[in-house]
Amino acid sequence: MSEVDAARSWRRFDRRRRIGRFVGVLAALVVFAASWRFLDMGITNVETVPREIRDLLTRMYPPDFAYAPEIVDPLVETVHIAALGTLGALVLAVPVALLAAENTTPNAVTYWLGKLIVTVSRSVNTIVWALIFVVVFGSGPLAGAVAIAFRSVGFLGKLLGEEIEEIDFGQVEAVRAAGASSTQVLLYGILPQVKPALVGLSVYRWDINVRDSTILGFVGAGGIGVQLFRAVNAFAWQSVATILIVILAVVLVSEGISASARRMTR
Amino acid sequence: MATGQRTWRRPTAFGRREFKWAAYLAVVGFFLWSAWGIGADPARIASGFGRGLTLLGDFFPPDATPRQARRIVDKMVESVAMAMISTVTGIALSVPVAFMAAENLSPKPLYYLNRGFISLSRALNAIIVAILVVKAVGLGPLAGIITITFKTVGFFAKLLAEDLEDIDMGSVDAVRATGASPVQTLAYGVVPQIIPRFAGLSVYRWDINIRTSTVVGIVGAGGIGSVLLTAFNRYSHQYVSAILVAIVAVVLVAEGVSAVVRRRYQ
Repeated sequence: MSEVDAARSWRRFDRRRRIGRFVGVLAALVVFAASWRFLDMGITNVETVPREIRDLLTRMYPPDFAYAPEIVDPLVETVHIAALGTLGALVLAVPVALLAAENTTPNAVTYWLGKLIVTVSRSVNTIVWALIFVVVFGSGPLAGAVAIAFRSVGFLGKLLGEEIEEIDFGQVEAVRAAGASSTQVLLYGILPQVKPALVGLSVYRWDINVRDSTILGFVGAGGIGVQLFRAVNAFAWQSVATILIVILAVVLVSEGISASARRMTR
Repeated sequence: MATGQRTWRRPTAFGRREFKWAAYLAVVGFFLWSAWGIGADPARIASGFGRGLTLLGDFFPPDATPRQARRIVDKMVESVAMAMISTVTGIALSVPVAFMAAENLSPKPLYYLNRGFISLSRALNAIIVAILVVKAVGLGPLAGIITITFKTVGFFAKLLAEDLEDIDMGSVDAVRATGASPVQTLAYGVVPQIIPRFAGLSVYRWDINIRTSTVVGIVGAGGIGSVLLTAFNRYSHQYVSAILVAIVAVVLVAEGVSAVVRRRYQ
């Protein structure tokens, strides 16, 4: 070994990588500082935040449980919206997934159409879809369920499409060779291969939809959000606390159901 | 032989066939109840879709006066700035929470406390959090930053804690055996094992935060959402679609950047 080698100290990363990391962190800090300046919020403003939040929390305590019976109906409505929205999404998502999967889409145009539907559905938030459908259907839970369906199509279509792309095409060819029509090919060649994924994904999305349907009420699309919004505007903080606890419980229960249902299908 | 009379039946995920039919019936019954519960009759849906087509006509083409266009750009920059700041603050706060929520590194009471906090943050939708924060600290981007930071901690700390639970404790023990202090053990035994995932997760969350920051404005927490709500309330539908196009574009760019960065880190 030469002496030059001995003098060199060991480093975990080469120079290029270290410079790259340094530049990355620096860029993040600069953007952070620039964003802070842009938003023009004084430090004095920030100082009062913990006090304000503590104030809000003390007003919420103790939760007003006498209010609980009044939120049973909106809560049931929320659960309905989530269920129907998921069902609607499932019905819409199967054709979209077939379009968005490279091996089942008829041609390039339909492939891009499928991709476009998936992308638009996913980039528009549930509450924005709800704004649109409240104009269409009038305020109420129906608008909420349709909003949930339109939001979920992208998610289900994308993931289901990816499942379809991974199926064994030999089976599809075999069904087709037996003289099956395209509906029969779909039913006996493709569907059985993606069925577990279909069930698992729908249950997973249903779980997300339960969370999402709690906010629809803010734009008039039904569910427990209506009650929450009303309580917040009336400064009835103890009722707000009750509603939040109920939402938390429902979300946790649906998460549990979803987890165990997905374990069953695997 | 009795085998002659036996017929093959498809296996089912439910232990017995009766359970399977009972479960299917229950699900169908639930959907019918839901449909009845939210008042989804076919006539209403049909007339709604008729109105939907009219609305779609109103949306096209997307249009904005120069003043409106400037407002879109302005508020969009505010959204992005909010997302940037809250990603940094959210991740900074997530690190200690994640360490305290990792079962192998944290004492039991701290573990449950932090897990509880994570569940709370994940269960509450960003819009609900935003509404409460707006009441506490007033309208504007500060409320949005606090909201998104809170949501970031729930997501980031959960995933980071799961990574921390999966680390190789052997190398941690090795560092400790050399006589390292607890801080040194963390710095040289734990941190190097999670750094690659950390970078990927950060960018992923940044992408989600951009999406969230475009909607929290609907309840007054800053960003483009406020413009969207105003436009909706004034029925200026072409302006609405211009805003929606802007949101979809920004979300797509963020998604692209996030995908590229994550691919480089894996």
